[in-house]
This record gives sequence, C-alpha cells and structure tokens, in this order.
Amino acid sequence: MKLDVNGNVHDVDAPPDMPLLWVLRDLLGLTGTKFGCGMAQCGACTVHLDGNPVRACVTPVSTVGARKVATIESLSPDASHPVQRAWIEADVVQCGYCQSGQIMTATALLRRVPEPTDADIDAAMSGNICRCGTYGRVREAIHLAARLQKGGGK
Amino acid sequence: MTTLSRRGFLTAAGTGAAALVIGFHIPEGAARTVAPAPKAMMSPNAFLRIGSDESITVVIAHSEMGQGIWTGLAMLVAEELACDWTRIRCEHAPADAATYAAPGSPLQMTGGSSTTRGEYQRYREVGATAKDMLIRAAAARWKVAPADCVAENGAVVGKRGQRATFGQLAAEAMKLPPPASVKLKDPKDWKILGTPVRRLDSPEKVTGRATFGMDVQFPGLRTALVARPPAFGAMLVKFDAAAALKVPGVEKVVPAGNGVAVVAAHFWAAKLGRDALVVEWSQPEGGGLDTARFSAQLRKLVEAHGTDVGKEGSVDAGKVAATLTSVYEVPYLAHAPMEPLNCAVKINADGTCDIYTGTQAPSLDQQVAGGILGIAPDKVRVHTQFLGGGFGRRANPKQDFVAEAVLVAKAAGVPVKTVWTREDDIRGGFYRPAYAHRIVAKTDRAGAPIGWEHVVAGQSIMKGTPFEAFVVRNGVDPTSVEGLAESPYLRGAARHVSLHTPVTPVTVLWWRSVGNTHTAFAMECMIDELAHAAKADPLAYRLKLLDGAPRHAAVLKLAADKGGWGTPPPAGRARGLAVHESFGSIVAQCAEVSVEGDRIRVHHVACAVDCGPAVNPLGIEAQVHSSVVYGLTAALHGKLDLAGGAVQQGNFHDYPVLRMFEMPSVSVHVVPSTARMGGIGEPATAPIAPAVANAVYALTKQRLRALPLRLATVREARG
Ligand code: FES
Ligand code: FES
Repeated sequence: MKLDVNGNVHDVDAPPDMPLLWVLRDLLGLTGTKFGCGMAQCGACTVHLDGNPVRACVTPVSTVGARKVATIESLSPDASHPVQRAWIEADVVQCGYCQSGQIMTATALLRRVPEPTDADIDAAMSGNICRCGTYGRVREAIHLAARLQKGGGK
Repeated sequence: MTTLSRRGFLTAAGTGAAALVIGFHIPEGAARTVAPAPKAMMSPNAFLRIGSDESITVVIAHSEMGQGIWTGLAMLVAEELACDWTRIRCEHAPADAATYAAPGSPLQMTGGSSTTRGEYQRYREVGATAKDMLIRAAAARWKVAPADCVAENGAVVGKRGQRATFGQLAAEAMKLPPPASVKLKDPKDWKILGTPVRRLDSPEKVTGRATFGMDVQFPGLRTALVARPPAFGAMLVKFDAAAALKVPGVEKVVPAGNGVAVVAAHFWAAKLGRDALVVEWSQPEGGGLDTARFSAQLRKLVEAHGTDVGKEGSVDAGKVAATLTSVYEVPYLAHAPMEPLNCAVKINADGTCDIYTGTQAPSLDQQVAGGILGIAPDKVRVHTQFLGGGFGRRANPKQDFVAEAVLVAKAAGVPVKTVWTREDDIRGGFYRPAYAHRIVAKTDRAGAPIGWEHVVAGQSIMKGTPFEAFVVRNGVDPTSVEGLAESPYLRGAARHVSLHTPVTPVTVLWWRSVGNTHTAFAMECMIDELAHAAKADPLAYRLKLLDGAPRHAAVLKLAADKGGWGTPPPAGRARGLAVHESFGSIVAQCAEVSVEGDRIRVHHVACAVDCGPAVNPLGIEAQVHSSVVYGLTAALHGKLDLAGGAVQQGNFHDYPVLRMFEMPSVSVHVVPSTARMGGIGEPATAPIAPAVANAVYALTKQRLRALPLRLATVREARG
C-alpha cells in the first residue's frame, strides 16, 4: 500500500492490521515516534493525520489511506519550528522519551487554538504522559510557543 | 539506587580505587563512537577530546536518564577549561570500570543521586588539566612563560595580544605531559557553575533524533517479545510454538530462562506471535502471593518487635502524659519508566558481545552477559543509549532485562532486541516493596515525643543480591529503615527501631528515593499526628523539635513561608508540611490541597531545598518538579494488587500516573548553602506524600495512613 509520510510517498508491505506506529518505526526507520503503552493511554506515539493528532499505536495502517502522515521528524530537522524553539527555551525535556508525542500534540493544539488557555492545555495535553514530570514546563513552553508563533516566528 | 551500596563498596574497595586517569588514552570503545574523527585530536585523558575543528567532546561516565547529567558534568569541565560552551557535545562512555567507575566505586553505575557530587572533583580536574596543557602549548609556541597566558572562551591569549584557539593548539598540547596536579578555581570566580544553564541534549530530543535503546536498529537485528510467567513463582512447563510460527514475520520461538521468546522481523509480528503462543506454566507454590493477605501479614508482623536496628535511651515512665499508636502502609509499585525496557544483543564469533540499551549499570551488564556467555566481562561492549527514564529500574543487581536479552540472542543465534510491552513492564517485577510501619509514640506533658518505638516490616531490596554482603549488617538492610533512627525529630526521645524482613517470590528493587518513599511518609505523618494531638501548629511543633537541626529548620521555614503558611488558604483548601533528609540533601514541602468528591486535588507545592552548592539551578528545579510528580503519582494513584501471584494491573488505565490536568504549580526555592554537596535526583520525592496527607487531614480531619491516599466514603467516615 502507499503511505504519505512527511511528504514522501512510501510503498509499504505490511499486514493491514499493523499499527501505523510500527510501520513508521520498524519498516520506515522513523524512530522519533515512540512506543509507550500500545493502547492509546500515553500519547508517546502521537502523529498527525492531515494535521489532526492521532495515536499511531492504535491506528491500523490500512485505515490511513490517502491521508498525510506527519511525524516529529517533519517539524524541522534543526529544531527551528516555534514549538521546538519554545521547548528548548523553556528547558522542557528530561529523559525526552515522551517529548515527540508532547510536541506533536502541542503543535496540533496551537494550530487549532493559537493562544490556548491553561484549561485548553489541560484538555489537550492530559492524554500525554510524562513520567519525568515535565508538565509544568510543557505548559510554559506552549504559552511561549504561542507568543513565538504570533511574533511571526516561522 | 542507593547510596548505601556505594558506601559499602567504598569500604570494600578502599578509597582511591579510581583516581583520575591521566594519560593520552582513548579507550577503544570511545574512539569507535567518534566518526569521523577530526585530525589532530587532543585527549588529555579518557574524559575529554578537543578537536582541531574546535569541537569539545566530554565523555560522560554516567547515564543520561533525564536527570540532566550530560549538562551538569559538561558544566564542571567547561568552568575549568574556559572553553566556548556552544562547542561542547557529550557522549556516553563505553563500559570500562577501570576508567569510568565513579571515584571510590568499583562499578560504573548511575544512581543514588550521586553523580554530580561524586564527580564534582574529577570532572573539574579534567577541564583544569586540559587547560593547563593548552596554556603550556601556547606558551611554548610564543616562547613566553605559561604564567603570561590565560585561557578564555576557547582560546589562549598572551600578554602581547597573541591568540590561538584550543583547536589550533590541540595537536601541540597533546604532545605535552599532563600536569602532576592542578589548582581548581575558587568558587567566587565561577562563571558557569551555579548559573542556570539549559540542557545540551534538547536539540536532539525535540527533533526525534535522540536514540534510545528502543530505537536501536542495525542490519540483521531481530525483535523478540518474551512470554514470561503469569505469576510470581510460576515455572515454565512446556510450550507449543506451532501457531506462533505461522504468524508472518515470526522466525523462531526459543526458550530463554523461565520464559519463551518469539523472534520476528519486527515488533508487530513478534507481538502477534506471542499472542498465538501456547505456554503451560506451573501453579506458584502455596497458591501465590495475594496482596490483601500479605498486607494483613505485614500489619501482624509490626505488632511485635523485629530485628533491632537501633535502641537508645529509656523512657521515664513518670513523664509520659500520652501514648499514640499508628500504623502506616505502602503498596508494591512499578517504576513504569516511559520507555518500556528493551535490550539489543549481538553475540560475535570472535568471543565478544555488543549490548545496546539504556542502562544505569554498564558494569553489571558486562558481568551478567559475561557470565551467561562464558566470556570475560571486558569482552562485553556496552553501548549506552539515552534512557527513557530509569528511576532505579535500569540498575538492578541482576540486570534482569539484559540477562534475558543475552539468553534470547544466544538461543536464537541471531542479533536480537527484546522489547517489553507496557504490560510486561508493569507485571515484570522488581518493585518498590510493600511496607508496614507501626509507631508507638510516648509524649510528655508538652506533647513532645520522649519515647519512640518503631517497627517496620517489608522485603529487603538487597537480600539475595551481590550487594547484600556489603550492605546488610546483622540481618538489617539499612535501606528498609533509612531516616528513622537518625531522625532529627527524635533527638530528645528514647528510640527503639526494629525490622521484619519477610521473603516472598515477588522481586523487589530500589525505586526513586528508595526506603525514604515509605520512611518519610510514616515519620512525617506521625509527627503531624503528634502536633495535632498537642493542639500545636504543625510548623511550630516541628521547629521546636528541630531546635538542634538548623538546616532542617531553615528549609522547613522557607517552604512554609513560600507556601503561605500562617495566612488563610483559599476557601475549601488546606496546607500540609513535611521535611526529610536523604542522599545528603534536605527537602521541605508545603502542599495546598482541596477535595472534590472523593478526589484529592493538589494545587500548589512550595519546595525548599538545601543540597549544598548548586551546580545548575535550572537542573535542580527540573529534578524537584520531576520528583514531586513521581512522588505524587505514588501518593494519589500508585498501587499494584496481586492475586495468586499475578499482578492485576497492566497499563496506564489501571496503573494511573499523574497527568497534566492534575499537575500542581510547583515553586522551587534553593537555599544558598556551603554544606557538603548532596544529591538532587531523588530527595524531593519522599516528602510529597506526607505533605499531601497532612494537608488532607487539616482539611477533612481524615488521617489517611495508607498510600495511595484514599478518602473514606461518606458512610465510612460517619461510621
Ligand atoms: S503508545 Fe500510543 S498512546 Fe501510548
Ligand atoms: S521527559 Fe521523560 S517521560 Fe517525559
């Protein structure tokens, strides 16, 4: 089947029920998207389908169809995307394992709600677990990213 | 991880077991990881390389698991080297204890909140050594005295305006002998240390480029999922691989220890193969552990004295005005690091082995793999990847996840990466043990404790491990009782602390902040109970007892002050306090809570820290946030139930962890301190549960003595 990932169309030979997560990681070598729970509980595997955040671990690859898949690797290779810049500025990451998912969820939120309130952040981000407890700085970074975006940062 | 093991080894190994290795030696493994190597490379020792391209590579002897050690240790080097901070990059050291074990330890291992304080001297010396050589190289080039040259911002500058960059000097410096000794900067001249510095590993972690063990891929590597016993004490009887082998992508099914591995082309095939596998397990002996029964057993045990831990003084019966007895309990907990366990193993024909994983203990990996393969530990190369969280789980005296992967690769005859699912991780053992504490406090007329009988019951994390010989003394595992007998609250009291150490088939391990997770809960809640019994303000009551402990008193006052203690909380809220010393640091917290239905909500935590000199305040703040969240998960949610030896929980829906909507605001206040440096990766974990429990009491008058904290239903509360 054909799969549009980060603007590149791949020919993928995978069983139809194989979750998109493992197609990305094990067949396409895009390891930025993480496995944390396998049951839509933690958000580590968050990618965008046509701009909407989905849990790749419970998305059978056959259901993707012509929709465009965007992974963390698509934001920017040099951390220049405003959300990535905000993440660095707020010194968010610790172990980093959850952060691809946090950033992809936050990016989708900021696209939908350019200036999210704390309640918006609670609602959008509570599906993303961070065992290192970076929630405080994630919140800070989202507010910062909103300002960066508004200021015309990329 | 525990500091005690370290102390034990210190005694065993003698001090100076691993002094600074001076020489122009790049360990084989370190050299291999550099690609492409800049031409003239200066390597004053195994911890630092300076390239002719101005690159500065700091080789980190410890594992980066989120605690920010890549940044912290690089700061120590940079301060003395006077290099350009933006040129610094880090890499994990190869496994080589002779070179990279922490000073005073025979093992290369990360834990016990020990890295920064343990490496404080050595990594500064690394930077100072290189600077000395660079200055001498410049002086020789300019034919001037070294004293007439200074290093600043990545270059050596001479008195007459001569200037040469470190990269330009590297080749010449490399030819000079290292200095016999170096003089470190006076802290008052520090430019980097003590200032907030952002993490060096952010760029790769926000782009998805960072490689965790889970991300390791190389040609020929297979993925394996292992079917493990469904209950503690169950043994593999037999298995039928036929159905598993029919799954497309499944290549082999092999027994490995007390499990069966399904080896496949990728995770998904291995997962479906394991689902299809038919395995027969034996029933655990005696029906297996039941947590409800075990908890009753622990509560029974603490009714009688156990093995003496410490006994001091005797109570003057005539002075006893009241006696208060309380029992506290905590359950088994899984670490649940965000990255499930995994380990890639490649066994080579030349009698060597390569291990790729996120590990806290490369030395132990070498030992267990060497033992299984019948090769010397130094034939095992460990390629430490970023750890998606450790919290102690990735440093285990048995390194179960590494040993298992080696067994699987050996049986399969191909390079294999074992991957654990979340369920495997939650049910896979090596838990924070369940504990019960019973305290009988006798107070004088003022309400102060004059007698303190404290009985603890719970499994030992050291018993049955290679650490036992170094740590367990007279039948007492000190990590089971840390912080009790030496509590600063009890200086005026007769004390008797004793310990029961039941043995069960459930595997146990240190868990962020180790014994303090339960000792601080029992201690700080009991002190709070005594304060309320004495009708005293909990802060004033504590401060009176802490009269001879000025550091404790200072952080407690600061946390209370920053948390608004003494001012009325917003309607429907109350505050609670706790202070606890662990890993050489003292942390106090003031938590503000409310109750919504049967849910406890924590709104704000003010946290004061005395950890001695602060290397990176920004990193300290992050570790305190992190510890508070980790501890809050245990306070509000964490609990494993076992029935028939089988863990009932399996994933984040039934083993919930703190999420964004529950996150309190956390303010961190670091006390300027010249005390001996303490750790910071763990000490803020322990005080949060008692601070919250004490706040809940202040709000509801319900004294919750078991974790996770559960409010009584309305009916129970009335009854
Ligand atoms: S791995 Fe997909 S939500 Fe956790
Ligand atoms: S940064 Fe470690 S899990 Fe979020």
